[in-house]
Amino acid sequence: MDDIASLTAQDFKSDVKPIWCPGCGDFAVLTALAKALAELGRPRETIALISGIGCSSRIPAYTSVYGFHGVHGRALAVATGVKLARPDLTVIAAGGDGDGLSIGGNHFLHACRRNVDMTYILMDNQVYGMTKGQASPTTAPDWCESKLTPSGTGVSPVAPLHLALASGVNFFARGFAGNPNELARLVVAAINHPGFSVVHVLSPCVTFRSEQRAWKQAVHSAAAAPAAHPGEALARFADDDGFTTGVLFAGDREPFMPARSTTMTARDFEHGFAVRPRPGALAAAPAAL
Amino acid sequence: MRAGEILLEVAAMAGFYGLMTRAMGPQIRGGEAAALLRIATAPVSSLDDHFDLLVALDWANFSRFAAELPLSPTSVVVADPAEGEVPQAVVASGARIGRLALKDLARTVQGGRTNMVGLGAAAAIIGLPSEIVAAVVAGQLGRKGEAVLAASVAALKAGADAAAALPVLSRLAAPPHDGVARWNISGNQATGLGALKGGVSFVAAYPITPATEVLEWMAPALAKTGGMLVQAEDELAAINMVIGASFAGAPALTATSGPGLALMIESLGLAVASETPVVVVDVMRGGPSTGIPTKSEQTDLNIAVNGLHGDAPHLVLAPNSIADCLFTTQWAVGLAETLQAPAIVLSDQALGQSRAIIAPPREPPAASGRLTVPASYHVPAAYRRYAETDSGVSPMAIPGTPGSTYVADGLEHTERGTPSAQAADHATQLDKRARKLEGFDYGGAWADIEGEGDIALLAWGSVTGPAREAAAQARARGIRTRLISLRLLLPAQPARMAEALRGVRRLLVVEQSHGRQFHKFLRGCYDLPAEVAVISHPGPLPIRPAEILDQLAAWE
Repeated sequence: MDDIASLTAQDFKSDVKPIWCPGCGDFAVLTALAKALAELGRPRETIALISGIGCSSRIPAYTSVYGFHGVHGRALAVATGVKLARPDLTVIAAGGDGDGLSIGGNHFLHACRRNVDMTYILMDNQVYGMTKGQASPTTAPDWCESKLTPSGTGVSPVAPLHLALASGVNFFARGFAGNPNELARLVVAAINHPGFSVVHVLSPCVTFRSEQRAWKQAVHSAAAAPAAHPGEALARFADDDGFTTGVLFAGDREPFMPARSTTMTARDFEHGFAVRPRPGALAAAPAAL
Repeated sequence: MRAGEILLEVAAMAGFYGLMTRAMGPQIRGGEAAALLRIATAPVSSLDDHFDLLVALDWANFSRFAAELPLSPTSVVVADPAEGEVPQAVVASGARIGRLALKDLARTVQGGRTNMVGLGAAAAIIGLPSEIVAAVVAGQLGRKGEAVLAASVAALKAGADAAAALPVLSRLAAPPHDGVARWNISGNQATGLGALKGGVSFVAAYPITPATEVLEWMAPALAKTGGMLVQAEDELAAINMVIGASFAGAPALTATSGPGLALMIESLGLAVASETPVVVVDVMRGGPSTGIPTKSEQTDLNIAVNGLHGDAPHLVLAPNSIADCLFTTQWAVGLAETLQAPAIVLSDQALGQSRAIIAPPREPPAASGRLTVPASYHVPAAYRRYAETDSGVSPMAIPGTPGSTYVADGLEHTERGTPSAQAADHATQLDKRARKLEGFDYGGAWADIEGEGDIALLAWGSVTGPAREAAAQARARGIRTRLISLRLLLPAQPARMAEALRGVRRLLVVEQSHGRQFHKFLRGCYDLPAEVAVISHPGPLPIRPAEILDQLAAWE
């Protein structure tokens, strides 16, 4: 087992070189995650990091914990299976806005309402990077840089905060890749909070959305302590500009974990199917026939 | 349907074997439905060519069932005059019509129900002891209170008494005094029990007809054996939850039908590539698309065998009787765990939603189970999850195991699991994943092979029942007939098949599909004898033993 006390943030990184572009916000997310895991002080083998497909979904390979890099959009479903089967593990899912809110949008909704005790790091850059720059569900309707939608999408973007609150999320924080120390604190708080917690990370794409470099000037810290009721949070952030960072909501719903016992074995169920001919029935039947 | 279940239980308690299938329309609740029973002195795995007795509670919507209820001149039809004219199709069969005022008799009893009158009449005509009927009814309806029970017993008696005036049925032989234990179980229950005995502790699934009873049986059973069942938001979530649970160390399964299997296919490829053992039970129904959800067809064979993109070796198995649902599902769990691969189990509505009185099912070959990295093992250098081995199976580290963290990946990868697009890594891992399935010794359970002769029947799944029956009838007529029923569809077993077909000159392939999916599958995987005939028609009509026997007799 890992000697917990001596583990540094570096120990939570692997020797695999990321495929990310120089300057990508996801480097800072990896740094913040490693820092958060070192701070939490749990052995590496007790942590599972689950992802789908996309630039940010490559993150498990760059860490030294157990990881699962699955298919596009299903990270939360895989993570749910891991946590329900193994409540002793610390389970983190990670991925991008397309993976989590478009192809995997249904799982996001149901992960919020199911409230399994795990954390989702949603790295939002408002673009599909791996397929070379298409609009995502969080892209503004008038963004015209994609050849697929040269006149813009004309479609309203999803607001992850509002979607999560409406779906019953138990914890929602927003961080910025440009502030990895704050982000690390948010990840620690999210993991420590019981139930399903979301850390929405503004993680700029310098390749296809170079204008996102200006996010540094746009972000601002939440003014108040987190709301404790979804309605209160919805009201407070009804006109949110999407750049408020900090813990925005912390609820107190009971996490989902089905009760189980081991009072029977598989073989015990065989008795329920056995038919016991009535004493005398075998003798009586031929006469009746 | 309840009356049919009671009649089957009565037959079992009287010492008989039997089978009950059901035919129903698409209604949510109520509406037209028929319980189809066969009672026999030995285990049976298919319905006969015609029914000896038809108790018609009403004739409304009978036409929707007529094709599924073949009658002959020796059949007895109990008809209620209050329900109007006997349908022309019934009259044309030449069956003897016995008129019984079922509804009027029910009205003579306070709280009496027509189906109990019909049940009493049916039991009397068959010759099943009335005291056993009363005992089973008491056992099944006792919870509803004394008044309900008393009304039922009175209605049963009214039906039985009135039946004395009806035509006599050709009688069943005495039940065997064999002292052999019997089980009364449905295919879907047997599948659930097989999964549980195989060690499954995690199920995630989305409700779908006709697979839901597997899940309904497993949910409370899992909760009492240390496991759990989770209702997922869709089949995409179900298969991925199962993959996650298995990655975390829990033998895991989902159950679905054709539309759900189609949704799961992409992630089954993930299970292949990441070498995560999972079992998917597909209780097949009529397709394509929504198709005929309540009725059986063997038409998911193509997608189960060929649906995955890329070169994706996996296991496909099929139970060939209700009892075999237990054997094959339990075996599939063991194989998936041992070989770290996904297994698809192709059951169908005809097996899953049918109920049979059977001898206790046999046990599948013991499986060695999942090869894991021991917690005490000191991994000297970087752990190689996908290490090349002779067998192709590599030790799997379960999260929690120190020193061997890794990332399971659906991207092609190196032996360590690091994503790689290099030709050599791709070739190595493709070889490894194929080798572990193809090189494994599946033993004799790959197929059921019965009888000798230069004529062979080749079947799979639920059509094995009528094929087995036809083979027995053919042998009784002196036609030497071999039956081969495949249980393991993938990986194909060419050497074993060549041995099974040795000396066979003529082969009759039997399947329930319009597109001859099984025949095409066989042609793709095996060398078949020169003379091959195919009996293949779509669901929902079952294959009858007689049409198989006709072909065998024509050959002879």
